[in-house]
Amino acid sequence: MEEILEILEKSSKYTEDEIAVMTGKTSEEVKAAIKKYEEDKVIVGYTTLINWEKTTKESVVALIEVKVTPQRGEGFDNVAKRIYKFPEVKACYLMSGGFDLTVIVEGKTMKDVALFVAEKLAAQESVLSTSTHFVLKKYKDEGTIFEERVYDDREAVII
Amino acid sequence: MNLEKMILPRVRTMAPSGIRKYFDMMNEMKDSISLGIGEPDFVTPWNISESGIYSLEEGHTHYSSNAGLMELRHEISNYLKRKYGLDYNPENQIIATVGGSEGIDIALRSLVGPGDEVIIPEPSFVAYKGCTICTGATPVALNLRIEDEFKLTAELLEKAITPKTKVLILPFPNNPTGAIMTKKELYPIVEVLKDKDIIVISDEIYSELTYKDRHTSIASFPEMKDKTIVINGFSKTFAMTGWRLGYVCGHPALIEAMKKIHQYAIMCPPTTAQYAAIEALKNGDDAVHEMFMEYNRRRRVMVNGFRNIGLDCFEPMGAFYVFPCIKSTGLTSDEFCEKLLKTQKVLVIPGNAFGDSGEGYVRACYASSMENITEALKRIEKFLV
Repeated sequence: MEEILEILEKSSKYTEDEIAVMTGKTSEEVKAAIKKYEEDKVIVGYTTLINWEKTTKESVVALIEVKVTPQRGEGFDNVAKRIYKFPEVKACYLMSGGFDLTVIVEGKTMKDVALFVAEKLAAQESVLSTSTHFVLKKYKDEGTIFEERVYDDREAVII
Repeated sequence: MNLEKMILPRVRTMAPSGIRKYFDMMNEMKDSISLGIGEPDFVTPWNISESGIYSLEEGHTHYSSNAGLMELRHEISNYLKRKYGLDYNPENQIIATVGGSEGIDIALRSLVGPGDEVIIPEPSFVAYKGCTICTGATPVALNLRIEDEFKLTAELLEKAITPKTKVLILPFPNNPTGAIMTKKELYPIVEVLKDKDIIVISDEIYSELTYKDRHTSIASFPEMKDKTIVINGFSKTFAMTGWRLGYVCGHPALIEAMKKIHQYAIMCPPTTAQYAAIEALKNGDDAVHEMFMEYNRRRRVMVNGFRNIGLDCFEPMGAFYVFPCIKSTGLTSDEFCEKLLKTQKVLVIPGNAFGDSGEGYVRACYASSMENITEALKRIEKFLV
């Protein structure tokens, strides 16, 4: 049944009927499976991948390495929660290696992001240090290459 | 000098491909959708391409040995063992060729000539007939039937065999029908062939694209091993058509004979492609599986689509083609394809391009994006209203 997830991960635009045909199942089976995935929070949402650089919307994304002091009895979870609840935080991961959390922050301008880091992130009690890296260009996101050619250049051959 | 007269009669009289005109027409059109090209729409997986590029950077720009890089032949040997239980010695039972096509050509050229007959089950890939004609041997079309789902049966085979028969082409999984031969279905064929002096050229280029039963090679039957030449390659499985790399496997005596032609005509296949292919065999399984899963989804969508439109369509279990019957439209295959292309800008290939028994059918290839397939099906539906 994981095939349904693989299909939806590629494009959530497919309807239940279409997925049923693709997988050789009935629409009812697919509908039930998706409902269960949603209830179990296996499917946590449906989004659209947008290359904002091609629009007029101003936005800046930064990847911030955060070192924190883990809290007794709670480890990193509570600190992470305080951080990821900010709407500016688009993603938050616990990391192995030289720092503890990767925080992806999005803002309208670099100043916005910088202020967020200074006032909200670095100001957290358990945050020891932050290191901010601004994203200059997105080549590939969520497994999709943004500038990939999509035209069919296969030439006719007698096969 | 009359140049026409200088051309060998059997080449002069060879019919040019009837498909070309459709591609020419399509190239003039905007927003056309081609379900006509029989090659993967996927680009070669990057780890494979990158290995080819790296081999160039390392200066591996020379000829390889005639039979191909030993490392490649070892990997081919391992792969065939792992996938199909076939045992071929990389030293003297495998030649890397320029695509499966060269394999077909050198196999036929080393075996048949004027006076010999080659049984070609049809509909099938057009090169078998062309390559047979070039040798001066006689191609004998064996017309497969829809009631057998275009599989070869012992009864049809027995009827086609004559004292002159020297080679049987076994083109499964099949282009254009998508038919496969399961192990169970091969048994009676083996029974017919095991005591006869007939060599089987088994073209297994689509062996990794079977959607129900795993592919069985006729060479895996002990009584057929020595009299079968297995042809396979990288084009379809690994989406490497442009790299032009295939291979032939067989008894050392047959391989030795084929190698003579290969070394004079070809020398060796492109070295870059060989390095890429080593990576494909070592680390290509995941990418192949992903492409396979996508083909299978498209296959279901296409079969379902044709049936909903009202065209009879048996379920193809191999390759990446569906072969719907268009007899209900009252049109010939050629008329259907030409009208569909002119009015709806969708290209499918007339079944008779693959042999007379393909008349009344068209080949639609699902090695195209899901968007293209669904849009093409919509247009075909409009065409039929």
